[in-house]
Amino acid sequence: MTYTSREQIEVYRFSLPVAIFVPLLAIFFQAFIPLRFPFFSIFDLPLLVVIFFAMARRSPVTGLFTGAFIGLLQDSLTHHPMGVYGIAKTFVGYGASSLGVKLDVESVPTRLLVTTGFYVIHEVLYFLIARGMVRLDLHWSWPHELAAAVANAILGVLLFALMDRLKQRA
Amino acid sequence: MDNLMGRYRNVTFLAAAIFIQILGLAMQVKRATENQSSRLIRVWAVTAVTPLEKGIVRLQTGSSELWHNYFYLRGVRQENRDLRQQIEQLQLEQVRLKQDADQARRLQALLGFKEQYIAKTTAAQVIGSSGSEQSRIVYLDKGSRDGIDQGMPVISADGVVGKVLTVFKTTSTVLLINDQQSGVGAILEQSRLQGVLKGKVTGELVIDKIMPDEQVKAGDRVLTSGGDQIFPKGLPLGTVAKTTKGNEFQLLTIKPAAVLSHLEEVLVIMKKEEHGSDTSAAAPVRAADILSQRLPSVPDKPAEPVATSVGAAAKPASTERAISTTTGAAASPTKPPVTSPQAAPLTKPANSAVTSATPVPKPAIKTTSTPLVAKPVSDKITPPSTGDSPQ
Repeated sequence: MTYTSREQIEVYRFSLPVAIFVPLLAIFFQAFIPLRFPFFSIFDLPLLVVIFFAMARRSPVTGLFTGAFIGLLQDSLTHHPMGVYGIAKTFVGYGASSLGVKLDVESVPTRLLVTTGFYVIHEVLYFLIARGMVRLDLHWSWPHELAAAVANAILGVLLFALMDRLKQRA
Repeated sequence: MDNLMGRYRNVTFLAAAIFIQILGLAMQVKRATENQSSRLIRVWAVTAVTPLEKGIVRLQTGSSELWHNYFYLRGVRQENRDLRQQIEQLQLEQVRLKQDADQARRLQALLGFKEQYIAKTTAAQVIGSSGSEQSRIVYLDKGSRDGIDQGMPVISADGVVGKVLTVFKTTSTVLLINDQQSGVGAILEQSRLQGVLKGKVTGELVIDKIMPDEQVKAGDRVLTSGGDQIFPKGLPLGTVAKTTKGNEFQLLTIKPAAVLSHLEEVLVIMKKEEHGSDTSAAAPVRAADILSQRLPSVPDKPAEPVATSVGAAAKPASTERAISTTTGAAASPTKPPVTSPQAAPLTKPANSAVTSATPVPKPAIKTTSTPLVAKPVSDKITPPSTGDSPQ
């Protein structure tokens, strides 16, 4: 993990089609693939997209709105009240972009650690909101959540390498 | 103030976004309990995502059909012959089953049970899921335009899948029975124990609050009880996987009959019909008549001369009419009542045959004109009222 000075930070942007269709594709795959491969439900593709976009754009405001939008979209496909994923991903978007300002998030070990950490934060927030506000009967299991965090981090690194081609220097 | 806003701009935006979402969430949670929900963004999101899902599924189905109908035709002729043989065997089996069903229907008409029959169904493809482990719903490719309505039960070839939760124009969502917000009226096939089949957050199916002294064994089939007024009675829900005894109650873990993690095609029950007993509409049917239909080969008992004197004023002819046989009485019409003026109010069973050569004084037989009628009962069998036999 390396710290960078402000001069070394590269801020990226994404074209409008990419900014719209990549989150939609992530939501679609998240809804479709578990039908054929049930184990895929441990992955959270929309969360990985939020982390990637937030870290690349390095703007906390843009990051939190990206997280809010993708989270609400993910909420709308469930039968629970909307806002549970929205709030959790808003925090993640804000945090990932704030971290992206301070750290070099292009290297693989950094991406692994950051994705693992934000996945756990996202799950904790989701658990608190779902149990506290919506009164869902959820059970927390540290082994399950940590294993899912590592699995998401590995998938995230692979996806980020693919999505790096979509970045445009701002 | 401007410096303050500038310095904490990002945090302000974050707080505002979180606050708005919490407000929205709170409104929904409150409104959800009053049967209202915000649907606009749901409609947009579903409209944006489901056409792609439908397209992919149709492409997949089309490719599969192209392969199977044009390229993978090996052994079709032999398969055709085997299937024809199978059809002939099934037709014979069907005739036998129809006879059994007719008999069962007659008996049910006698008992006056109401049954719900599945009158109309429509097939639908599963095109997507919620993508969340905490929300066990699936999306179907049919909606209100195809006649789907909220609350309709959904089944598969193996068993019960769930019920329709929300309906859009071309899509609908189904709440699976293993979702934590789902509950289905259930009955165990062997022990006839009734309960509510609920889903857990892990996706397990359980029936809880069973008394600890109830004997339930693994492998016992669980069917729908019909008590929830949503699912027709008798549909397979699953089998008992294990029982866990607690301090006050025992918990049954159920293995679902339908494979809920690999759903492709389902049936939505669009119409149920209640078939009730027609005993109230039809003329009263005597139990003797029904028995004679079941046993047509049993001959009528020949009429026997009777020499019994029933009271001083009883006539031999009237006494003869007082004799009855159960099977023989099936064909004979109801006779007018015979009452002896000096007869004690003593009733005699209908199937007794009194034969006596000597004029032994016997208690008078009071008869009524009411024939034996099988009364329609809803849930349990009660013996028909035994009035005195008119014959």
